[in-house]
Amino acid sequence: MESRLGFLKPFEPNGSQERFGFMAIINLKKKEVQSKIVYYGPGRGGKTTNLEYVYKKFRSRIQTEMVTIKTHGDRTLFFDFLPIQIGTIRGYDIRIQLYTVPGQVKYESTRRLVLRGVDGIVFVADSLAVRRKENVLSLKSLADNLASYKKSILEIPLVFQYNKRDLTDDGIPLLPVEWLEQDLNSELKAPYFEASALKGPNVAQTMKKIILMTIDSLRNDLT
Amino acid sequence: MDKQYISDADGQRTYIFTPAQLSEIEAVLAEDLLDVGVHSVTLIDMAGNIISTMDNGDNKHDLYSLAALAAGNFGAVSTMANLIGEEEFSLLFHKGNKENIHFSKVTDEFLLITIFGKEVSLGFLRLKVAEATEKLVIILKPGS
Repeated sequence: MESRLGFLKPFEPNGSQERFGFMAIINLKKKEVQSKIVYYGPGRGGKTTNLEYVYKKFRSRIQTEMVTIKTHGDRTLFFDFLPIQIGTIRGYDIRIQLYTVPGQVKYESTRRLVLRGVDGIVFVADSLAVRRKENVLSLKSLADNLASYKKSILEIPLVFQYNKRDLTDDGIPLLPVEWLEQDLNSELKAPYFEASALKGPNVAQTMKKIILMTIDSLRNDLT
Repeated sequence: MDKQYISDADGQRTYIFTPAQLSEIEAVLAEDLLDVGVHSVTLIDMAGNIISTMDNGDNKHDLYSLAALAAGNFGAVSTMANLIGEEEFSLLFHKGNKENIHFSKVTDEFLLITIFGKEVSLGFLRLKVAEATEKLVIILKPGS
């Protein structure tokens, strides 16, 4: 498939899969599945805010504190981490590890580290009109970083979240959803949600969708 | 079930641990490390998932967060090593007042985290970790 954007190249196996290809961990003794979902996107787009909302909303399913490694300026330095138990599917306890990456451009190598072993991605796009280019660059960096682990953005479970939609009420110029779809999702054709990570609409729906897609991708293994 | 890897149509892989394999791993962690006085020992993958964990019953650590941070830390330190022209730093050890943490790479995909107190010397711990690692490498080998 030739991509108009030039970065959506399908992954071609080259035999070095063993080193990088691991996905979820399935423990047949404890009947437990551990799966890693990463929230990716440009800086100040609302990735951490998504996890904070989930943490608040689903407190009863989360047994630990949310882990965040931040700078003094409240920016994500390494990652945020939130483990959540979502119950049983086909007799397996499903344990989802939610991560964010640092969005700032300079932390590219850190983003790559966090993506190691990822099973599903939420791409949190910033709806602010002034952030159009940053969204596209961040998606390209996601495709490149996945490729470094021999994974393809075309094949991994992926959900888009167009965040900050609530700001339209304040008269702040936002990118129309059609533009975001065209910029980011015209070829990937992934599910998308219009959301407000700060206020809550569609935050849980985004998470539920990516969890379902990720677990569905493991269905053949859950015998 | 004797399979260990499963490849799906996309070529992605899931790592599946059989009950027999996990029992073998637990036996190594218990006999080589817990029995010499280590407080807790956890085998994780480099993505931060827990494969197996054993402790002496006194520990209430948040191991899932610890695993996520340990994997991140190990990745960060490996990248630091590369920046100064080293392939990796072989010893990763944090010393506390009561508890110490020792990280040891088992294979490219797995990491052993050992938490221990003053009763165990670092030298002895490293020796025992090396012995356990040799056994774990065999158990974790694909198709073993």
